[in-house]
Amino acid sequence: MLLIPCPWCGERDETEFRYGGQAHVARPLDPNATGDAAWAEYLFMRDNPKGWFRERWNHAAGCRRWFNMVRHTITHEIASVYKPGDPKPELPE
Amino acid sequence: MTGHRLPSGGRIDRARPLSFRFAGRRYQGFAGDTLASALIANDALLVGRSFKYHRPRGIYAAGAEEPNALVQLGAGAYSEPNARATQVELYDGLTADAVNAWPSLEWDLGALTGLVSGLFVAGFYYKTFMWPRAFWNRVYEPAIRRMAGLGKAPREADPDLYDKVHVHADVLVAGSGPAGLAAALAAARAGADVLIADEQAELGGSLLAARGTLDAWLRATLDELRGMPNVRLLPRTTVFGYYDHNYLCLLERRTDHLGPAAPAGLSRQRLWHVRARQVVLATGAHERPLVFAGNDRPGVMLAGAVSTYINRYAAVPGKRAVVFANNDGAYRTALDLAEAGAQVLAVVDPRESSPGDLPAQVRARGIEILNGQAVAAATGGKRLEAVSIGPLGGGAARGVACDLLAVSGGWSPVVHLFSQSQGKLRWDEAKSCFVPGTAAQAQRSVGAANGTFALGAALAEGLNAGAEAAKDVGFGGWRAPEPPIVDDPKEAPPHPLWQVPGAEGRGKSFVDFQNDVTASDLRLAAREGFESVEHLKRYTTTGMATDQGKTSNVNALAILSDATGRAIPATGTTTFRAPYTPVTYGAMAGRDRGDRLDPIRVTPIHSWHVARGAAFEDVGQWKRPWYYPQGGEDMHAAVRREAKAVRTSLGVLDASTLGKIDVRGPDAAEFLDRVYTNGFRKLGVGRCRYGLMCRDDGMVFDDGVTTRLADDHFFMTTTTGGAARVLEWLEEWLQTEWPHMKVYLTSVTEQWATVSFAGPRAGDVLRELAPAVAVDEESFPFLSMREGVVAGLLARIFRISFTGEPSYEVNVPSHHGLALWEAVMAAGEKHGITPYGTEAMHVLRAEKGFIIVGQETDGTVTPLDLGMDWIVSKQKDFLGKRSFARPDTSRADRKQLVGLLPADPAEVLPEGAQLVWDAAESPVRMVGHVTSSYWSPNLGRGFALALVKGGRDHHGKTILAPLAGKTVAARIVAPNFLDEGGKPLHG
Repeated sequence: MLLIPCPWCGERDETEFRYGGQAHVARPLDPNATGDAAWAEYLFMRDNPKGWFRERWNHAAGCRRWFNMVRHTITHEIASVYKPGDPKPELPE
Repeated sequence: MTGHRLPSGGRIDRARPLSFRFAGRRYQGFAGDTLASALIANDALLVGRSFKYHRPRGIYAAGAEEPNALVQLGAGAYSEPNARATQVELYDGLTADAVNAWPSLEWDLGALTGLVSGLFVAGFYYKTFMWPRAFWNRVYEPAIRRMAGLGKAPREADPDLYDKVHVHADVLVAGSGPAGLAAALAAARAGADVLIADEQAELGGSLLAARGTLDAWLRATLDELRGMPNVRLLPRTTVFGYYDHNYLCLLERRTDHLGPAAPAGLSRQRLWHVRARQVVLATGAHERPLVFAGNDRPGVMLAGAVSTYINRYAAVPGKRAVVFANNDGAYRTALDLAEAGAQVLAVVDPRESSPGDLPAQVRARGIEILNGQAVAAATGGKRLEAVSIGPLGGGAARGVACDLLAVSGGWSPVVHLFSQSQGKLRWDEAKSCFVPGTAAQAQRSVGAANGTFALGAALAEGLNAGAEAAKDVGFGGWRAPEPPIVDDPKEAPPHPLWQVPGAEGRGKSFVDFQNDVTASDLRLAAREGFESVEHLKRYTTTGMATDQGKTSNVNALAILSDATGRAIPATGTTTFRAPYTPVTYGAMAGRDRGDRLDPIRVTPIHSWHVARGAAFEDVGQWKRPWYYPQGGEDMHAAVRREAKAVRTSLGVLDASTLGKIDVRGPDAAEFLDRVYTNGFRKLGVGRCRYGLMCRDDGMVFDDGVTTRLADDHFFMTTTTGGAARVLEWLEEWLQTEWPHMKVYLTSVTEQWATVSFAGPRAGDVLRELAPAVAVDEESFPFLSMREGVVAGLLARIFRISFTGEPSYEVNVPSHHGLALWEAVMAAGEKHGITPYGTEAMHVLRAEKGFIIVGQETDGTVTPLDLGMDWIVSKQKDFLGKRSFARPDTSRADRKQLVGLLPADPAEVLPEGAQLVWDAAESPVRMVGHVTSSYWSPNLGRGFALALVKGGRDHHGKTILAPLAGKTVAARIVAPNFLDEGGKPLHG
């Protein structure tokens, strides 16, 4: 079970969190001006990398806030957490 | 030596004799014994029958790695299957039985399978029992089930109590042998918070089985650790799982060693969840068997186990012994046996010479050492009778009569936890074993678990690792304590001998004792192409028994590597998975069973429902009254009565479970506009509006009525089961996509109790209870809310309806809920007020064609599919809107909501029934399914709601539901059954 450093609460067990999938999937600003393919891309298509991944988490059983985390999908190493709106960090090597 | 128990020595308490029964016989042992050591002291080596061939099997090891001595412990509800006799502490009155013996341990019919063992070759599951096909159910499976399978699970519920704890530790040490204790000592002295766990009753690990080596150090170390406030010692506690980020699970056995004498109210076992900043693995090593013909005869035993039984338990497993080993360490067993008075006939060593210190001591005692030789076969029935010893390279063999053969094929570090932690193993050629390679987490392996077998080196490694671990968590500045002086004997390297050459023709050479897998099974599998170790394992089942191959994995791998001509590291290893030893379900569940499995939520009116004998339905975590049976009514009769009462007079429903969210802020109206398919900005203060929420893919997500309390203040209701989900969903959008919006959400589900009364007399009741509230149509229209005093309580009154009847939902603060309910019951008495449950509510809403999210919808249904275009705004944008224009979402042949009237009015279709146009078609095309179906007392017939492909174009047509034994025809109609006959809508 992961030990996740919530940017507001500090380190907490994974069971307190809800996973939110890939981060930085922006909702098209004008959905009605978005073509079917681009809309489907936004709705359904997500990256599934073997390695570092920027993803969203929600501290559902804690402060209930959303944040982003850079996690390695194989080793589960956590490189960083950052708040929504914070600059997108570079992925580690 | 009297019998097989030594007159002195060992760690047993001869002042406390204990009596016990095994396989129907009465025996005596002592406090400090395990079931296995007590049986050995009674010369009762035969403990079970093997899984496939039902061969007699004896105690083989002395710890967790035991493959043979599985017993059914205790009886009735307390019975435990497949307990390892080597790990069962003896208590007075213990009873145990052999597993897998039928009809008895001594006389087992299944042993006849040995005569037809050609049927049981590698992959026999896939080969033998395939033909004739009809034989599987009637002949093969029942026969296999009787013969195979190990212990029996008790049929009764587990009567024991279990609990869990969650703790943090600076340093967790797994294993309390010399290396583990040294690590704990060093880390604790540095100031770290240390947790040290060991699966045995007594801490000390291998030191407990050695003759006197470090007794004083062990005592002093334990005393010191016990006296330190920053140290927790957990004996009888197995670290069984190593998960991500140094999260480990431990099973503590608190009362198992007491048997029936365990104090009532004390938990039997405790599951420890530990988050450790640093971990030290000091889990020791398992000795490997040697593979030769008949190597499973009772009386063949691991050399280290023989020493353990002699030194720790004063129990000598045999009187005429041969030692067969490829390493120096096992020579200690020859010395231990001689010291215990057994006759050691020879040490058989396949190595050409034995120049080490221990062989010299053996030689000095006059024990013959046969270098360059091997045991090719062991013979005997229920007990070993003789071994055949011959030169390794071939040549004349000689038979030696004996009742004990101590074997050692070298040692395998217990790398299970290391491997579970995702660490990579490395093959150590010199030591012939896998050792921990690259660690994946904050952990160190020490001592035998790290391949450091010599005692002095293991102690030094442990001390060093403990100090380093402490330093890594901020307790630096301490030097590791000096290790005690140990005079390790000079040892010659072991020589791998994976299978004795020439043994194969002389009988079965077992690799996996518990699953009865032989060396020839492995070689056959390799010839058949199962060259990957993962395939080999599954095909032959090697390593897949309850011991998970603790004694067999490396031997199996080495034989596979030989058969495929690859080096061992190139052949690979299988994956080690948790748990290290079996964990009871009881411990995993802890207190979370029965009513504590999940929180139970009840409304403030619950006690009234219980007193009236309501049947309850689980809706999420809520207990909701399902129906209120009267007299001898069954559910159908009760529901008919309740549903009829609402349409003809008056019913009352406890709707307190509805999700309620307070939405407030300057952007509240705009926010609701974005999340509901219909508009809320223009909703007047005091007005209510039903709304649908969709996910961004256009699928219906939740529904409910939202009321405007003020310009910037709304009161939202959600489905009972969806409340938490909806709140999370709204919060997510506010935090991630629209953080600029000023909206505050508060869950108020449990702050309000809701009493909903419905029916033609509903207005009369409200007039009586709320004389100050104008109830006429003009001043209190449908879909509006008034604040006022109801039955003396400040209340919000909503005029909304989920039944189609005139209806009021009155909300009061929760603690007034019961008072309001009782007032409504009293005022309604003259109208024959009828409390109704969720089932009648479902009938009533379905008669009106009102959907239930999660019943008519399943995450693939749009508002348009439901025919609810009237609630979908054309003007504004909202979540999901763009998706309605996706090609798949706008197809004409999507499943659409329709009503169904079975041709036979008495018929009530089962919910979930598949619908077809032509039942004779092959393959039949399924075009829809029934989502809701009831008997309607108001229509006097069965009716249903269904989703049917292009259903709205098929009103009036007949569709079929093929059911078991019959096909039911039904007419497709619009999904509103009350309007069909021209009966006016009520509001």
